[in-house]
Amino acid sequence: MEKETCTFSYCQKPEVTEVETDLLIMGGGMAGCGAAFEACRWANAKGLKVVLVDKSATDRSGAVAMGLSAINTYVGENKVADYVKYVRNDLMGIIREDLVFDLGRHVDDSVQLFEEWGLPIWKKGDDGFSLDGFQAKEAGKASLKDGGTPVRSGKWQIMINGESYKVVVAEAAKKALQTNREKTGMAQNHFERVFIVKAVMDTNGKNVAAAIGFSTRENKIYSFKAKAMICATAGAVNCFRPRSVGEGMGRTWYPVFSAGSGYAFGMQAGAEMTLMENRFVPARFKDGYGPVGAWFLFFKAKAVDSYGEDYCANKEYFDDAVARYGDYAKGLGTAIRNHLMMRAMKDGKGPILMQTPDAMAALGKAFKEKLGDKEGAKKMKHLEAEAWEDFLDMAIGQASLWAATNIEPDKSPSEIMPSEPYLLGSHAGCAGFWVSGPGDIPGTPEHYSWGYNRMSTVPGLFMAGDVVGASGHKFSSGSHAEGRLAAKAAIAYILDHADYKPTPKMSLEEIAAELYLPFEMYEKYKTYSTDPTINPNYIGPKALQLRLQKIADEYFGGVATWYMTSKTMLEEGLKKLEMLKEDAGKMAAKDLHELLRCFENYHRILSVEAHARHILFREESRYPGYYYRGDHNKIDDTNWKCFTNSKYNDATHTWEFKKVPYVQMYQ
Amino acid sequence: MPSFVITEKCDGCKAQDKTACQYICPHDLMTLNRETMKAYNQEPEQCWECFNCVKICPQQAIEVRGYSDFVPLGSSTIPLRGTDSIMWTIRFRNGILKRFKFPIRTTVEGSVEPYAGKPEPDFATLKQPGLFTGAARKE
Repeated sequence: MEKETCTFSYCQKPEVTEVETDLLIMGGGMAGCGAAFEACRWANAKGLKVVLVDKSATDRSGAVAMGLSAINTYVGENKVADYVKYVRNDLMGIIREDLVFDLGRHVDDSVQLFEEWGLPIWKKGDDGFSLDGFQAKEAGKASLKDGGTPVRSGKWQIMINGESYKVVVAEAAKKALQTNREKTGMAQNHFERVFIVKAVMDTNGKNVAAAIGFSTRENKIYSFKAKAMICATAGAVNCFRPRSVGEGMGRTWYPVFSAGSGYAFGMQAGAEMTLMENRFVPARFKDGYGPVGAWFLFFKAKAVDSYGEDYCANKEYFDDAVARYGDYAKGLGTAIRNHLMMRAMKDGKGPILMQTPDAMAALGKAFKEKLGDKEGAKKMKHLEAEAWEDFLDMAIGQASLWAATNIEPDKSPSEIMPSEPYLLGSHAGCAGFWVSGPGDIPGTPEHYSWGYNRMSTVPGLFMAGDVVGASGHKFSSGSHAEGRLAAKAAIAYILDHADYKPTPKMSLEEIAAELYLPFEMYEKYKTYSTDPTINPNYIGPKALQLRLQKIADEYFGGVATWYMTSKTMLEEGLKKLEMLKEDAGKMAAKDLHELLRCFENYHRILSVEAHARHILFREESRYPGYYYRGDHNKIDDTNWKCFTNSKYNDATHTWEFKKVPYVQMYQ
Repeated sequence: MPSFVITEKCDGCKAQDKTACQYICPHDLMTLNRETMKAYNQEPEQCWECFNCVKICPQQAIEVRGYSDFVPLGSSTIPLRGTDSIMWTIRFRNGILKRFKFPIRTTVEGSVEPYAGKPEPDFATLKQPGLFTGAARKE
């Protein structure tokens, strides 16, 4: 196909602004806010500039935009090494134990800061029952920092009143950035509604010299030149065809605005990736995708098939799982529980039901026995509010779905269902970049560390949060802490490379032409047909996304095939994906909103390609319940208990793959 | 569950320096119709139902109608977000009404002083474990 270029013959030329900084933070979610908080403190002392760019409003951007009802990583009274073992078990034996340990030893400080900044954290009352953040304060309960006892919903999780979690964390980050402005005299160092689209390499062929993007509010393009960069953007959502068919496509489990932009950025820079075959398929309340964690862990509810059987205890399913997946099956991690649920569903035993009435009845009985009828009933009312808050803090639509279908959890059970696949590295997944660890932890092998913590294989390009591979289960608090670790290391890098002057190998004119090509396409061809949405000369962002979702779903193990794929399926799908990637050269946008969608969907395509090629490379089914290689439907530790690392060449569109040894550091 | 804007209530944030819903939407969905000067959700099938537009609207002009592909009609979920807590009113399809009030923050909005009382960074520890606030845990 003929290649299209933008000469601004049809569309308006944007204003181009170059911003020079020492450190650039991309993404204003939990990791980005953590990075800003830590970086500015160090940078202010040396007069270094820190800039944060967010495609949304930082108060409500990132995975915590809606709020959260729990903080899933607070080590507290536990041992850091036990946190490593828990993460390893849940991620089927292959993680970077240095990264996970490093996270575990730093994460609590971030949680304690959140409380100091105003996040209400539940505390255990004198009667053993929970107090919300206000009640705890009124009762004079100590803060976490001063030894207060949080309410644990699981070994690592603590309960919060988290409607404004992100607003509070953003406030600290924004204030931190303000101190850096005052110190350095920068007019602006916090850019909202600016979408970073790609990495521009340095003429030295090694560093990323600039991150380029555009405003989604005005005709303005930005080139951010920086000595070091932290990529702190989200994973990739809505890459696979979702289960919903209409408006509900927006009701993704992870935020619908996670477009894989961080994966795309690092890939374009040639940063090495690891475990991109990993994905997460959460089993959640059907359609509304409300959280099940509190129901399982806090309310002690059980999920059963429609015949009342605990599918995890089904002998046939379990024995088969052990035969295929060995001792990993016995650990009953998230993937294996998913797998056993799917077995029951495929046998027609669905719907799978969360028995909320049984759980609430048992708790009600226990309360009455302990406290008497009156006090027991009062506690039950409090408990009911807690159950609703669990949804209202983080998946409001689930509460609405219960209301619309007349579901009261003490009276009717609720359906749960495995969702469409998600790519991420901070929740219960570990797809991302191969980064350097801190290097000081005893037992760290040489190939885990190359100088600067959380730096990718591209010098000066750091990663934090969802885009860091092989270290999942960070969640919100861990992402914040990891942003801080990356920021501190990036400051060290900047000081060590004070002479480096970023020299992008693209001119500002070339950058503008590349970013505005979809506008040029639209304006050039829009009048050819009577309806600009159907036009043979270009492809709109929605069409691009729907084709991607169909390919991913049907060939790469989506819900259409019950997460099943194989070498032959992957190869066929990749052929179709290659054509879609070519077609992306003909993306068209009628306004800034569509321009945002065009590039978001291009980022999704790159993320999915990495995912599919990684699944193809790993000839086993390491993550049953998330995906299956039908041609290798077992876990093969002899050949595959290793990292699978890849490198993408953006100029030639070629890939290199290799196995990298896994080292168990904690027994 | 896409947000929708009630025509009579929306004033296009004329008195504000920016359109609140457009400012806050994490997915760039809320936008202002320049002719009618009223906001609308330009891509309802991309709405995450985060309710941030509902919570921020100074006119309480925004509500949410359940995703048409799986939510039956007839219920409503309405937040009222204050400075320290949020009130929720949930009406079931069958008329049951539930009200909840939850804390949202224990400090005054805008009062966070991120570095107050915190140590200065110690550059001797720049390449060691720990953050500027202190050393890392050992075990």
